[in-house]
Amino acid sequence: MNDTTETLSVDTADMPPDPTLTAAPTAMKNARETPEEAGPGVIETKNMDVFYGDFKAVADVSMNFAFNEISALIGPSGCGKSTVLRSLNRMNDLIPTARTDGEVLYHGANIYAPGVDPVEIRRRIGMVFQKPNPFPKSIFDNIAWGAKINGFKGSKADMKDLVEGALRQAALWDEVKDKLNESGLSLSGGQQQRLCIARAVATQPDVILMDEPCSALDPIATLRIEELMLELKENYSIIIVTHNMQQAARVSDRTAFFNVELDTKGQRTGYLVEFSPTDQLFTSPKEKATEDYITGRFG
Amino acid sequence: MTTTAPEKQTRDYFPTEDEYQKLLGRRTRFGHTVRLTLLLMLTIAVVGLGILLYTIIDDSFGLVAVINENEPEDILAAYGYDPATTTLNDLNKEQLVEVLAGSVSSGVGRRLERDQRFFEDRLVFETQEKWDEVCASDDPPAGCDGGVRSKGNVVDLVQERVIRPDIVAASGLTGSILNPDRFKEKVQQDFVDNPDNYEPFTYEDVRYTWRAWFSWKFITSPASDRPEIAGVRTAVLGSIWLVIITVLFAVPVGVGAAIYLEEFARPNRINDLIQTNINNLAGVPSIIYGMLGLAVLVRILEPITSGSLFGEGAPNGRTILSAGLTLGLLTLPVVIISSQEAIRAVPNSLRQAGMGLGATKWQTVRSQVLPVAIPGILTGTILAVARAIGETAPLILVGAAGFITVSPSGPFSQFTALPIQIFQWTSLPQEEWRHLAAAASLVLLVLLLTLNAAAVLLRNRYSRRLT
Repeated sequence: MNDTTETLSVDTADMPPDPTLTAAPTAMKNARETPEEAGPGVIETKNMDVFYGDFKAVADVSMNFAFNEISALIGPSGCGKSTVLRSLNRMNDLIPTARTDGEVLYHGANIYAPGVDPVEIRRRIGMVFQKPNPFPKSIFDNIAWGAKINGFKGSKADMKDLVEGALRQAALWDEVKDKLNESGLSLSGGQQQRLCIARAVATQPDVILMDEPCSALDPIATLRIEELMLELKENYSIIIVTHNMQQAARVSDRTAFFNVELDTKGQRTGYLVEFSPTDQLFTSPKEKATEDYITGRFG
Repeated sequence: MTTTAPEKQTRDYFPTEDEYQKLLGRRTRFGHTVRLTLLLMLTIAVVGLGILLYTIIDDSFGLVAVINENEPEDILAAYGYDPATTTLNDLNKEQLVEVLAGSVSSGVGRRLERDQRFFEDRLVFETQEKWDEVCASDDPPAGCDGGVRSKGNVVDLVQERVIRPDIVAASGLTGSILNPDRFKEKVQQDFVDNPDNYEPFTYEDVRYTWRAWFSWKFITSPASDRPEIAGVRTAVLGSIWLVIITVLFAVPVGVGAAIYLEEFARPNRINDLIQTNINNLAGVPSIIYGMLGLAVLVRILEPITSGSLFGEGAPNGRTILSAGLTLGLLTLPVVIISSQEAIRAVPNSLRQAGMGLGATKWQTVRSQVLPVAIPGILTGTILAVARAIGETAPLILVGAAGFITVSPSGPFSQFTALPIQIFQWTSLPQEEWRHLAAAASLVLLVLLLTLNAAAVLLRNRYSRRLT
């Protein structure tokens, strides 16, 4: 853990391969095509603008998120990375003044097209929030509820299997298997966040959005969540917003750097600077702004 | 001694050590004064409540001066029992009925028997033919259903109809304990001053007994024009009916409106206007609601509120239903506002979590928001309903009966309620009614406390389930 942090923190120019991430993903990373060449990914945004009322929060975001990868969104505060993330499963719709222009394609279909029910989108594209937010219910019900409301048809035994499966996927089963009837709030912060991941996994989405999932957790809990993300990558496409550049470097396959600019009226609008394979972004960024940011010159 | 720059600055902006110590003393003393003032305010509040409670309890129990029209001893002697060894309670039911039959008119006797029979196997006042005829009629009296009066009931009847006690004066609890003689002297003096009031009785006929105005018998007896036997059964039942209708109307409608306003309404001009109006309605005096109830519920909606539309027969719209709905309307804004507060206090993260799992808005509200909000909703609702129980003004306007002896049987009955009964009794001149009003206040307080306790238990059960 410590090694990783140090090697990635400042000088990324001649970064040795990360020992904790094993050699295989690194090799895979190198083999990856650039987003432009990869063809349509699981989610693709085209010229997406997001407004809050008259205020343009992010402008002209075009990105292509590949299948079964972890994509990280980084950037200084107020650059709109969380806004972009929340636009990908229409969570921004919950803010009455929010509006999204442009296209967000999920498996090639625009999720903002008329007639698309955001409820369905959110079931396919799950979300994990910054602060662990388990329901004030039992651990079992926390996971079972998502399945129930989405029309789970199985028997009680099937539900037990589903809950166990989700908890195993979230690497929480061994810790909670004897207290499934206790409140989700009785768990520690890291366990709560893994419970939230298990909850998201239980509705069987294929994309999981994570909005700074580790910012409220201690380093050990953070490490566990990161390990978990690398496991989940096998079955899910993951998009994560993080303030922590080391975290982006440790877990993500591709990283997007967002920056913010002041317009003439003093409004801050975020925009995408570059979206590249992670090792490339941290070792040889294409843009000067990216380099300044990752080397700690601003932000 | 040289001083460095920052120290100098400190001296410029902050008092010197001596000044600081003085200031500190002043600040601490001021804090103490504030604390004592706050304590004084609390004391005033507690003493005020204490005095209120004391007055009510003081009037609810105490010594009374009674004149019996017929002394129990004389009655016993007249029927050949030895007053020295027997009391009325020693007689069996047959003997008591014989005493009763010997004193009341046959008309009164027949009425009593039609209310409830004395014996299963025989009739005392009615002839069998007449009884069969009456019971075969379209509207048979209650006595036809079977039920037989108990011995205790017959004892009460003998008390009420034969002994006929008349309370001529009553004293409060403290006076009765600390200085009973003064009360007795006062009564005696009144006999000397105004002997005409007591004709044909003299002070020799006065008996002093202890009386609990607040008693189970008081709660279960119907209203009466004689304070000796008057009770609050009709009023208690009326109040309970009102609470039921108020809750049935105000809680679903109020909580529903609150959910809509908090969770579904978009912030636009119309919804803002509605919200402002609800806030203002919560402060509208209750008598205005009474006028609304009179104009709309009693008059315009009379076919519904009198029950004539449903084939029920109240002569007009002045029914429990009208009054309950009026109180419901009165309660509604408070229920809405407190429910809104409770719903707003639910953390947004729960809504996001629910929606993020692909739940619809309603599924999220139903399963995640409401369970967390329910303790708060209950608290607000209970306070609102408790206020409604004590309301008098709107009930007067909507037409609560001041004197009614028939227990309400449903939403279309005429009714009275506890606060109305208290109001009516306190406006009567004789002292006895004041004691009855105090006892009725005690009943109202007990009713309120019971409801509140039930609500607190309910709320605690919900809160426990969540953590």
